[in-house]
Amino acid sequence: MKHRYLRNVATLVLSDEKCIGCRRCAEVCPHGVFSVNEKKARIEDKDSCMECGACSKNCPVNAITVDSGVGCASAVIMGWLTGSEPSCDCSSGDGCC
Amino acid sequence: MSEDKSCCSTNDISCTDSSCCTVDNCCTDDSCYSDNSCCSTNSCCCSDTITIYDTKDNWVIDEIHTSKGIVPVVSTNLHFKDILGAWKVRWGIGRMNYKINPGLYAIGNPDHTSPVLVSANYKLTFDSLRKELSGLDCWIMILDTKGINVWCAAGKGTFGTDEIVNRISQTGLSEIVSHRKLILPQLGAPGVSAHEITKQTGFSIVYGPVRAKDIKKFFDLGYKASEEMRTVKFTIRDRLVLTPVELVSAAKSSLMVFGILFLLNLFVARPFGLKDLIAYTGAVVTGTVITPMLLPLIPGRAFAWKGWLLGLLWTLSFIWCSGWFTSGLFLLAIGYLFVLPAVSAYLAMNFTGSSTYTSFSGVIKEMKIDVPLIVISTVVGVVLLLVNSFLA
Repeated sequence: MKHRYLRNVATLVLSDEKCIGCRRCAEVCPHGVFSVNEKKARIEDKDSCMECGACSKNCPVNAITVDSGVGCASAVIMGWLTGSEPSCDCSSGDGCC
Repeated sequence: MSEDKSCCSTNDISCTDSSCCTVDNCCTDDSCYSDNSCCSTNSCCCSDTITIYDTKDNWVIDEIHTSKGIVPVVSTNLHFKDILGAWKVRWGIGRMNYKINPGLYAIGNPDHTSPVLVSANYKLTFDSLRKELSGLDCWIMILDTKGINVWCAAGKGTFGTDEIVNRISQTGLSEIVSHRKLILPQLGAPGVSAHEITKQTGFSIVYGPVRAKDIKKFFDLGYKASEEMRTVKFTIRDRLVLTPVELVSAAKSSLMVFGILFLLNLFVARPFGLKDLIAYTGAVVTGTVITPMLLPLIPGRAFAWKGWLLGLLWTLSFIWCSGWFTSGLFLLAIGYLFVLPAVSAYLAMNFTGSSTYTSFSGVIKEMKIDVPLIVISTVVGVVLLLVNSFLA
């Protein structure tokens, strides 16, 4: 059974102009969000995007942007309370991602 | 170590350059060679190990001498100690310090043409990789990810471009292998810019499969991963294996709750007892174990909602079984209906951090709604419970 998370939240954007169809994004995406046809990548399933950032980091022409972030919910709450960026500092403390 | 200059005389060129090893400018330090001889022409500091390891580690079975130093050869079998270690970290025991030294390791009897796999220095990661490599000859370059698994480390950037570039130069990899190809786990990709590494080191990057168990198939397919091998799953087994850590961490926070209840019991008319303990524990188990286990079967998408729904079911069944409504303990029952599902919801919401498919934007969106509701529900419920306990 395929897991589905909230709809219409992913911040993934692909620039068709910049794309050179190298297929790297389709290679690194863990959820099969992209397809590549006729030298252009396409976002097939945006709602499956988990914003890990692998595609944008590996795109050689910077055609992809996505706000990627990590942090478990309690780290986010700590971030809200202390007014800092949520950080999931797994190297200290426990019970985190 | 390739960058250790101790075997060259103080003021000459670095040992990374093999030309430093001519007879007259090298090896003033006796410790450099076991036989006190000086460097041979094309090797410097060659008695040094590239990767420091503990000789007591029973997973190191041999050593390989390369032009750059000694590389430990590791077993592809897991021993009792490795399995016990895995079990302990799954329960959160010593989880933050379960690591091996970064550097280069060998599987089988690799040579300069053998493939190089890159991985993290979390021992659990290393073990699940090496056990899939039986019968192969390859190198494993372990990055310093501070004892964190590949995917989380990539998210933080410790499994990243800079670390790979540095590790290539520190291990002297370019002189150990003649090819220029690195195989990275696909889940390392969020931290790595493949083209950047190629630009800086000349090594091209091939992303391997998501799961280590597919590596042999990946080699058989000629360094290609099928779509199935590229896709992250989150099977019931994957989910269950994560739940002990969630449970242990919730249990730790619960000690504080128990402490407060114990103190309250000194003053209240209706002390909290075994029934309350069971009701609460059930809500914790619902949020940390049952919800993750049944995750895709529970209707709805937000994790907190899924946890709340199961928490409500649990609380209703418990109240019904204990006959609180029929015996007139309305306040108690309603108080728990506010508190317990909120507890399950909160714990389930935290599981987004362990899941393999939730986006950060989604989690934030969910939390902006969940957190206020959870807080209000908990506060209302606690007030009702206190009123009930003091006035009973």
